[in-house]
Amino acid sequence: MMNRRLVAWLQAAPLAAVFAIFFLIPLVLIVTVSFWQATDYELIPAFTPQAYLDLFSGCGGGADDLCVTLSTYGSTLKFALLTWAITGVVGFTVAYFLAFHVRSTLVQTVLFIVCTVPFWTSNVIRMISWIPLLGRNGLVNDALLGLGLVKQPVEWLLYSDFSVVLAFVHLYTMFMIVPIFNSMMRIDRSLIEAARDGGASPWQTVRHVVLPLSRTGILIGSIFVVALVMGDFVTVGVMGGQQIASVGKTIQVQASYLQFPAAAANAVVLLAVVLMMIVALMRLVDLRKEL
Amino acid sequence: MAAERRPRPASFWFLALFFCAFVLFLYGPMFAIFVLSFQGPEGGLTFPLRGVSLHWFRQLWEGIGTVDIGAAFRRSLALGAVVMVLTVALSLAAGLAYRKRLPGGTALFYVVVASLIMPSIVVSLGIGLMFRLLDGALHGWLEAHAPSLAEGFVSTLGLFSSGLGAQLTWTLPFGLLIMFAVFNRFNPAYEEAARDLGATPRQSLQHVVLPLIGPSLVGIGMFGFTLSWDEIARSSQAMGDLNTLPLELQGLTTTVTTPVIYALGTVTTVVSFVVVGTTLAVVWAWRRRGGGA
Repeated sequence: MMNRRLVAWLQAAPLAAVFAIFFLIPLVLIVTVSFWQATDYELIPAFTPQAYLDLFSGCGGGADDLCVTLSTYGSTLKFALLTWAITGVVGFTVAYFLAFHVRSTLVQTVLFIVCTVPFWTSNVIRMISWIPLLGRNGLVNDALLGLGLVKQPVEWLLYSDFSVVLAFVHLYTMFMIVPIFNSMMRIDRSLIEAARDGGASPWQTVRHVVLPLSRTGILIGSIFVVALVMGDFVTVGVMGGQQIASVGKTIQVQASYLQFPAAAANAVVLLAVVLMMIVALMRLVDLRKEL
Repeated sequence: MAAERRPRPASFWFLALFFCAFVLFLYGPMFAIFVLSFQGPEGGLTFPLRGVSLHWFRQLWEGIGTVDIGAAFRRSLALGAVVMVLTVALSLAAGLAYRKRLPGGTALFYVVVASLIMPSIVVSLGIGLMFRLLDGALHGWLEAHAPSLAEGFVSTLGLFSSGLGAQLTWTLPFGLLIMFAVFNRFNPAYEEAARDLGATPRQSLQHVVLPLIGPSLVGIGMFGFTLSWDEIARSSQAMGDLNTLPLELQGLTTTVTTPVIYALGTVTTVVSFVVVGTTLAVVWAWRRRGGGA
């Protein structure tokens, strides 16, 4: 039996090694380096909370004058909440349609694949594909001008908060659809029948039967979307015209200027915030179970 | 089949409309850039289409400014191939390990899931940092012990060191989760039959288990390649001097204002679709040959 256990260990070892070397050690290094000092060209291993002090310098001064860090977090949180709410509603609706209204398994599979195919293509391509539609001379502006709804092209369609959230929804709704659909497919169909026989309206069935039973899928999707948006710097960069701040972008810029302690401190704070959000999401779901 | 005859409720039509709108939202913009990438030399970034030509693909072939697209394309293909092979091999081995008693398996599973939901910029920063510190240490050591080598030493950061590791932290969680799903549905009776007939564990793996889970392994390979092919966030701080195609593409979005960037988008998307299509075809053929196992 010892031999069998050894084989199991050896089989898991390469995978475990990858995560030890390229995930766990880097995380430990980030926490360590966040307490180091840095000059323009080298890192100095010395324990100092300077990076954290710099990060929050000027915070808590005045109520209406937020420091850079807090306003960056504010803007990133706003993106996360908006994206979470929209992808949640859209993802739930699409998954509900696929799981409960499409009757043939073949059609269901085909439509499901149709929803997931864009996942296999480049995110940046999917972002820039909005330019012909939302740009100053894009299709949307042409249509609005043609209909006489606006006199000048609308400027906020592209390179704005709007386009960033739009791109997030475009990219990440798939992360909601797949787990929610998966949860819905496990729901015993006789429960739906029972609700209908008990006199529940379709809306009540969705609200009191399908929604609570899909909570695992909703939770998994939510964790994905929140984590992806909170750490994002590519979408905010490309769709914000490199003008909008986000926590991920701050880390990326600091790392590119070799300000590693600052970037590491930012990363530690980001991790803490994301973890708290995930815990809050899990609580929310647990709470629903209690009710 | 009585359910099939029931008339559709009004909500069905509303939801079907919503679904169609969603699919249009998913595919519409991408379709727009495919069309625009085929326009004539005078074409711009927006409609209307000005002529039809392959002009922008020729431009792409000649390179955009200082960026050597061809080289980045080959680098991405090579890295994607290595990531694909390693993702399949390591996920399969770990998947087999989890079927036995694996002490510490739960802890490893949590680490893998943590890697999946960890903000990518954090992982990327950590890996970049680790290799830079390694560079510093190596450089110091070489100067002390082999000064001649220290001259030529540049960096340990690179496509197949830090870059490969960074991408594996992203592709392996998908691979392992698919492996779990596969083995959850796997009927151990086949293996028992093989064992009863005197097959060694190795023979039973080679002749029974692998042919049965083969299509799933092809699927994991596809995940590995396409995730690597489009990866940006984890690669960003970990690639060193030579960038992959998506990283170059991301840089180009701020500088290029001609449809050549749409042509590049069309090319990379075609590669993705070819890989996905080939995979589906292989899996389908395999399933048919195996009699729907």
